[in-house]
Parts: sequence; structure tokens; C-alpha cells
Amino acid sequence: MLLIDCPYCGKRPEVEFHCGGEAHIARPETPAEIADADWGSFLYYRTNPKGVHAERWLHGHGCGRWFNALRDTVSDAFVATYEMGAPRPDVAPENAKA
Amino acid sequence: MSQPFRLPSGGRIDRKRPLSVSFNGKRLEGFAGDTVASMLLASGQHLAGRSFKYHRPRGILSHGSDEPSALLSVDWRADRGPGYRDPNNRASVVEARDSLVVKTQNHWPSLETDIGAVNDLLSPVFVAGFYYKTFMWPRTFWDKVYEPVIRRAAGLGEAPEVKDADRYSNRHAHCDVLVVGAGPAGLAAALAASADGEKRVILADEGLEPGGALLNDVTSKIDGKPAMDWVAESVSTLDARENVVILPRTTAFGYYNHNHVCMVEKVSDHRADAPEGLARERLWQVRAGEVVLATGSHERPLVFENNDRPGIMLAESVRAFVNRWAVLPGNEIVVATSSASAYQTALDAKNAGARVSIVDIRLEADCGPELQTAKDAGITVRSGHTVIRALGKKRVSGLVVAPIDPDGAIGEKQTLACDCVAMSGGWTPSVHLFSQSRGKLRFDVELDAFVPGTSAQAERSAGACRGIYDLAAVIADGLAAGRSATGATDTAAGSTPQATASFTGFQPVRVLPTDADASKVKAFVDFQNDVTAKDIRLAVREGFESIEHVKRYTTTGMATDQGKTSNMNALGLVAGILDRPLPAVGTTTFRPPYTPVSFGALIGPARDELFDPVRKTPIDGWAEKNGAVFEPVALWRRAKYFPQAGEDMHGAVARETKAVRNAVGIFDASTLGKIEVVGPDAAEFMNRIYTNAWLKLKVGGCRYGLMLREDGFVYDDGVVARLAEDRFHVTTTTGGAPRVLRHMEDYLQTEWPDLDVFLTSITEQWAVIALQGPKARKVLEPFVSGIDLSEEAFPHMTVQSGFVCGVPCRLFRVSFTGELGFEVNVPADYGEAVWKALYEEGGKHGITAYGTEAMHVLRAEVGYVVVGQETDGTVTPDDLGLSGLVSKVKADFVGKRSLARPDMVAEGRRQLVGLLTKNPDEVIDEGAQVVDDPHRPIPMRMIGHVTSSYASSNCGRSIAMALIEGGRGRIGETVHVTTPGGFTEAVISKAAFYEVKGETADA
Ligand SMILES: [Zn+2]
Repeated sequence: MLLIDCPYCGKRPEVEFHCGGEAHIARPETPAEIADADWGSFLYYRTNPKGVHAERWLHGHGCGRWFNALRDTVSDAFVATYEMGAPRPDVAPENAKA
Repeated sequence: MSQPFRLPSGGRIDRKRPLSVSFNGKRLEGFAGDTVASMLLASGQHLAGRSFKYHRPRGILSHGSDEPSALLSVDWRADRGPGYRDPNNRASVVEARDSLVVKTQNHWPSLETDIGAVNDLLSPVFVAGFYYKTFMWPRTFWDKVYEPVIRRAAGLGEAPEVKDADRYSNRHAHCDVLVVGAGPAGLAAALAASADGEKRVILADEGLEPGGALLNDVTSKIDGKPAMDWVAESVSTLDARENVVILPRTTAFGYYNHNHVCMVEKVSDHRADAPEGLARERLWQVRAGEVVLATGSHERPLVFENNDRPGIMLAESVRAFVNRWAVLPGNEIVVATSSASAYQTALDAKNAGARVSIVDIRLEADCGPELQTAKDAGITVRSGHTVIRALGKKRVSGLVVAPIDPDGAIGEKQTLACDCVAMSGGWTPSVHLFSQSRGKLRFDVELDAFVPGTSAQAERSAGACRGIYDLAAVIADGLAAGRSATGATDTAAGSTPQATASFTGFQPVRVLPTDADASKVKAFVDFQNDVTAKDIRLAVREGFESIEHVKRYTTTGMATDQGKTSNMNALGLVAGILDRPLPAVGTTTFRPPYTPVSFGALIGPARDELFDPVRKTPIDGWAEKNGAVFEPVALWRRAKYFPQAGEDMHGAVARETKAVRNAVGIFDASTLGKIEVVGPDAAEFMNRIYTNAWLKLKVGGCRYGLMLREDGFVYDDGVVARLAEDRFHVTTTTGGAPRVLRHMEDYLQTEWPDLDVFLTSITEQWAVIALQGPKARKVLEPFVSGIDLSEEAFPHMTVQSGFVCGVPCRLFRVSFTGELGFEVNVPADYGEAVWKALYEEGGKHGITAYGTEAMHVLRAEVGYVVVGQETDGTVTPDDLGLSGLVSKVKADFVGKRSLARPDMVAEGRRQLVGLLTKNPDEVIDEGAQVVDDPHRPIPMRMIGHVTSSYASSNCGRSIAMALIEGGRGRIGETVHVTTPGGFTEAVISKAAFYEVKGETADA
């Protein structure tokens, strides 16, 4: 079982967490001004990379807070976790250890 | 049975503690320290089971957990009565104790005479992939004909018939260093890792005592003393260290992420005196800082015709039975080998009194010092020989051997009479756990084996599991691994003990050379799944080249032993046929568990109500006493209806629904999800998360709120009350409570962190009692203080705080039936008392308790939707006819933009309507499909489906709701609804069926 490093609580087993999909997809400030196709992309299109992926995670059975994480989709290793609103850290995937 | 093959002395058995077990109803004798396998061999019994596919007689191949053949059904506590059998236990690891009852498997009528053995003659039918080839058509034959026949013919043990009566416990542990395996490498590693007295070390081993291979060894010396003395000293040193925990009988079976290692400890199976209630097994979930794998190696069988005859065993296992259990597996032993290590078996067996000769596939020139040692001991060695076949059926009676000429031709054959064969094709490091840890294996040509390559986690391997076989080197490697696990950089530091040089080295042979027709003979590669060399050749000939495909096609390596003894022979055989280097054929991936693990150990105490706890409302006890029939709703247990004597559900629901419309009903709505939204920005938050407008809702007002996902589809609904400027009491559907809270938190934390709002789940804090019906006010009146219940002072869709029965209360004037209604929220602990008071008073007014079924019928009668029943995640507010609840004024709310997407406003979307069957007594199925014309050819176009359907006593007929394409424009049209037997006609109507009389909800 993975240990996930909650930025607020520290390392906890993965069963305490819930993945909320790709991170850094900001909700448009004024949705009414967004074209249909762009709104469709916002709703449904995701990058789905092979490799490091920025994701939203919720520490639901813990502090109850959302945070962001970089996870390698190949090895399942968490490369970094960081607070919501913080910029995506620049971390090389080799640092990952599952 | 007496013990004719028990040696007069020696062995790690306690001759002062004799015991007996029941084997197929016969008494088997032995001593403490025995396994069932060693007792069988002591009695001269090699035949221990019938094989999986061909029902061939099988004996005991090994002395450890890699045993593929001798599988027994064990009744650990026969005094508990019949049916508790535990199938597929390996005889070699079942510790003997009194009152154990074991039986052999997969034969009928008996082990000796097995009708199923006819499969052996029919074997041309059972070739590789025969399941795929034979049983393809027709499909219905699978479950009716083929599967039952195959299940009866081929199989392992029978599942138990009764519920497992044992307890299983579960434990979490943390340590700095976990050492798996307590052989010489593991013991050395644990000694080194714990030397500072600080590092917490766990040493786990699957056996009943530490020592590993040294338990079988009576000749090696360490620092001049017998090897087992070194083991005893090491164990006592470790025992004395407070930072060390030694766990015998504990198998590490799964290696997961971040050094999470799962182990199962046998706690009571081996104890005849186990106290009542002691757990049978304990699951250890260890989170280790560092792991040392010292898991040893598995011996390879030799592949030749009839190599599966009882009496043919692995060489190291023969040595183990002789030395550890003081049992001579035969009087006339032929050691057939391509490995130096088997010479020690020959020497030890000869020493123990057996007549022994050696047949070595290797040439003399390829042998090491073992050859001369054997010759010096007077053992005949036939070097450069092959084994053509074994003779005998239920017990080996001879071995046909022949020299291999330099040109590869088979020389003159010779039959060696024997009653036991000790074979060795070399060794395979046990890399299972390393592979599970996602480490990368590396093929070592010298070792002819896969060994740990690149680690993926904080672990290292030591000793035989990475191909180090010489005893002194194994101990040195274990010490270095232990030191490295503590973080020491100088892993070579310290002195390493001197030890007797071991006989090491072997020559890989995949299938022994023979002049027999290879397409006719059965030379087994995988003993447990009955896969022969012929099957593997056939698979390759048919085009399967990757080992993963060969495995699946032939099932080699896929039995519960995970191919511990067979994988390398199978791989090597495929590589040989394809003439490719072995790694090019692929490695197999090892998956947990290393050995079979009981379900009981995995789930531990999480059984029955602890597995799936029943969530009960504060009024559940009253409902139970009053005869409620319950149904599960989300995690809750809810009263479905309250039948009176002689009533079925239909009758009870008809009575309950009538009572609500004609007098008053009382309903436990405590399971409603409840969330308090509090803070200066609470109204703004509500405005953004719900479709309705909230800023203008007055304090004390209620509103039916509709919540969408960002994609515009209905997510949840519920009544929301504004208790104060900055405080909302939100209700959600019963099942939706957790996800609605999560949805709200998500937006609050990630999109609008600027909003000053707190969200608190209050579902469990409030009991909710709904009073519905024309007399609801009359029932409530006598108990209320501080609240004026009159229509003028307390209109529909308002909330007031006050007291009911002297208990603080949030009183809602709301209705889910269309009738005059109140929902009494009181602190959960007072729920039952208030309910009882209201129910008693209600007696004067004809009060009737109703359940969820009546609640559903009542709301459907007046056309209220249930999210999750009328909706399925693809339904918009307008589809439900609820666009009036969607603010046109608000610039934005979650889901608003999506409601304007082209497909969301397109013509022809499915809309919620009513359906009235032509036959008023017919209740159509929920989920039934709706079509325009049932005479069209199949597949015909479906225009919608039924979402709710009930018999309504208040309407005097059946009613149904459905989502139908363009439904609201088709009122009055006839459609056709599927039934189990065909179709029935129904007319589209408005999705509301009942006119409330008298004082309605919103009079
Ligand atoms: Zn946390």
C-alpha cells in the first residue's frame, strides 16, 4: 500500500485518500463567455500522460483537505505533493520511489 | 501404521512426545516435530494424492512450502463436527499433532483405486490448450455440460461446507529492518542489523524453527562447530536483544508499495491444546524502513518419463527427511542429478543405512570435489548418464538409465532397482518477493537463473535467493546485507565465520536426453497442474513463443504453487526449442501471495456485521419492536413497511399510504443527509453551488434546492433552510450525503478559497420525524412550545426553532407527500422518546407509521422525483420538468454553462412523464424499456425507460414515471412497455397522479 505525503498531515496510507482527477484545470472565471468547444474541453478533455501527472487528491479520511500531487503513472510513485494553489514543482521523475 | 522407516536416532523430533494423526481414517504415528509428510514416509507411505488432470498417483516431492503434489484436506478441529475441512494443505508443512484428521484428495472411490485415473489413458485428449480447442461450441454447453464434468474430473480439494468457525487476527507493525527468512543468510542479517541494540528488527520465517537449510544439514561446521550450534547461538543472541522480534511460522506472502510487507502467522493450527478463542492465524502488516530478503532457493526436478512416480523426490528433500526427521524415504536410493549438492544427499542417506548409487548427467570432468568424496565413501557414480524412465506405478520400482555417448547418442540401457529416487536439476533462487516489490530481475548465465537486479524499493537480497550457495559466502552475504540495511556504508566490516565448503554448481538440463518417442512420453514439468514437456513443445509448435502465453495456454506455473519447482524448466525448455537465449523468452511475473493464504487471515475480524456494519437510526429500535420489515438504503437499515397480522407488502403499503392522505402518518426520515453551511459567505456559496437563488431567501425560509455537477446533470436535491443570515441547514438524499459534502468541499477549497464558509456534516446529530397528513398539526400541537403552528405564523416551506416535548428542535414545515407536513428535527438521543410521544398522541387521530415503500408511492402520486431513481447522471433539470428551479438571473453557478451546450437544449431529449397502463391493475417493471411500435424487428429503437412504478391505492390504479423522448409533447399518446413476457400498452400522462384534498402542503 502506498504512503501518500499529505502536505498537512504527513505520510498516510493510500486508503485514506481519494483521487480527484487532473490538477491545474482552473474553472473559468466567466463561464458564460467560453465557447462551447472550449467548455467541452474544460469538462471532458484530460492529458492522460504516460509518466508524471499532476493530480488532485483529497485526504478524506484524515484532515479533509484537498492538495495536489505529482504521480508517475508508470511506476505509481508519488513524486511530490503540494498545497492547493501552489505552482507545480519542477521535479524529475527519477526521484520517484514507490 | 508403525514407523518402519524411522531411523533409530537423530532428527529434530522429540521421541519422548509420541503422537498420532488420522490419515484417510488410518492411524499414523510420529513424534513432536514431525510433519504429516515425514510421518507418511516413516510409515512407508509415499502415495499421497492423485494428480489434478490425469489422476496419476503422486507422492511427496519436497519437504517445504514448494510441494506441488502431496495436497491434503485437513480438519484441524475434528471435534467441531463435519464440514470444516480445509483443502489443499501441503503435507510437507502441516505440523503433526494429536487429533489431526487429514485426507487425500481428488480420487474416487479411494486413493488406491481411482476411477478418474482413466484420464491418464485418455491423455491424448487432454493436450495443451484442450479447454480452448475442445469446448468451444455451443456456448450454453459450458455451464450445463462441460464445466460440471471438468470440475468433477479435474480438481483439487473440496471447499468446506460450513462457515469458518475460527477467529483471525490482524496486526500492524513498524520496524527499521524486516528480515524475511531465518536461514543462515537471514540469521546473519538479523544479527548484523540489530547489533547496535537500537534498530527495531523483525525476523520472520515460514518454518516452525529458525535455521532454514541448516536444519537439514548434519555435516557442515561453522567456526568448527556443528552448523546448528551456530543457529542456536544466533537465535539466543537475537532473543536476548530487546530490539528484535522473531516470528516463526510466519510467511511473508506479499510485498507491496513503500515496504509494506504482509505476512501470515500460524497461531494455533499446530497446537492440540489451543485454548478456545485463540486466533487461528494472524495477519501482520509490516511497514519496514529497510527489508532484507533471505528467502532461499528451490530445487529443480529433473524432467524424464514418469518422473512423477511416488518415491521420486527432490534430492535436498530426501536429505531433509533423513537428517531433520530421521526418516529414510527408501532402502534403495538412486540419486539422479546434474547438481553437486545432491552428492551430500547420497552421502547422508548412505550414512543412514540406505543402499545408494548416483546417476550424474554431468561428465566426470565437469564435476567438483563432490565426485571424489562420493567415490571415497564407496558410492557408485554413473557420470555422463541420462535417465530414460522410471518404472513402477504407485511407487517407483526402478530407474532405466543409459550413458550418453560423446555424439549425444543414447548408449546401452540398464535398469537400477530402487524404491526411492532423489533428483536434482539444480537450484532456482526464490525471487518471488523481490519480483513482487517490482524490482527488475537479471538473468545470470553462470547461475542459469534470474537473480535480483535493480531494486525498486528499500530492500536487498542475501544468500541463496540471489544465487549464493556456499555456506560461508551465504553467511558473509547475510552479515553484509544486515549492515547495509542499517545504513552502514562499510558493509564488509566485522569478521565472518569460517564454514565447511558446500558442494555447489550444476549443469542446467531442461529435459533429460532420451531415445524414446518424445511425443508419447509423460515427463512432467509442472506437477501440480499436470503439464508435461510434450504439452510445452506442442504450445511452442502452435506458435506460442512468449512464456506468458505458453503459461496461459498450457497452465504451466499457474497452479497454487506458482511454479516454484517448475518455472525454470518450462522457461528453459521453451528457450531451447526456439533456440533463443533464455531471457529473450521472458521472465514470469510473480504475484502475491507467495503461498496460498486463507481468506480468513486476509479479512481478519472484518466479518458479518463488522465487515458491513449496519447503520441504524435512533428510531430503529422502535421500528423493530413494531414489526418493521427493513431494507438497506445506502449504508442504512430503513423500515420499508410495517405489516400487520396477515398483511403482505402490498397490503401494508396500501394501508399506510391511505392513512397519510386521510389522517396522518409518521415516518422516520433521520437518514436524510444533513450539512450545515456556516459563515459570512454562506449565502454566496449556496448561490454558486445550487441552481436556485439564495441571497434573497429570508431567515426562517426553506427552499427546495437542486444541485448540478459541472456538466449540467442533476447531482442531488433537498430542502434547505436558512436558520440565520450566515447559517443554512442543508438536506441531501440519504445516499448522497457523503458525496455532496465532498462536492461542496471540493469547490470551497479548490475554486473559491476566498469564501469564508465552513461545512459540517450533521446527519448523525439530528433525528428527523416526519408527520404527514391532514391531521399532522393536531398531533404535533400539544408538544410544541415557543412555536405558533398556525398557517399564518408557520406557512409551508418555513422553519422555526423551539421545543418539542421540551427538547430543542428545528421544526420544518415541509412535505414530501403533498399533504400538510412537518419534519421534527431533534437531537438524535431524543429521537426515540419524541417519536414515542408523538405516536401515542397520534393514536387519537388515527396515526400510522409508514416506511420507505409508502414514502416512495406517496411522493410519486404527487410527482416528486427521487434523485438516483428518476435521474441517472444524464438527466438535466429541464428533463425533469424542473427548469423553474434554475435561476435565469444568476450569472454563474455550478453546471450553468453546461446547460447551454447544444446537446443539452436539443429537441428530443428524454423528458419525465407519467405512464398509465391500459390495465389499471398492471404494475410495470421499473427499468422496463419503452418503444413506439413493438412489431418492429429486433433490435428495435427504444424511446425511453420506466423510472418508478407502483400500485397506488390512493389513485385506485397503478402509476408509473418514465423518461421518454419528447415526452411532454406526447401526453395522451400510447406507447409500449416491455414486460417479462412481451409488451404492454400504456398512455403517456403528466408526471403527477393525485390531487390533494383539504389543507394541502402549500394551502
Ligand atoms: Zn491530511
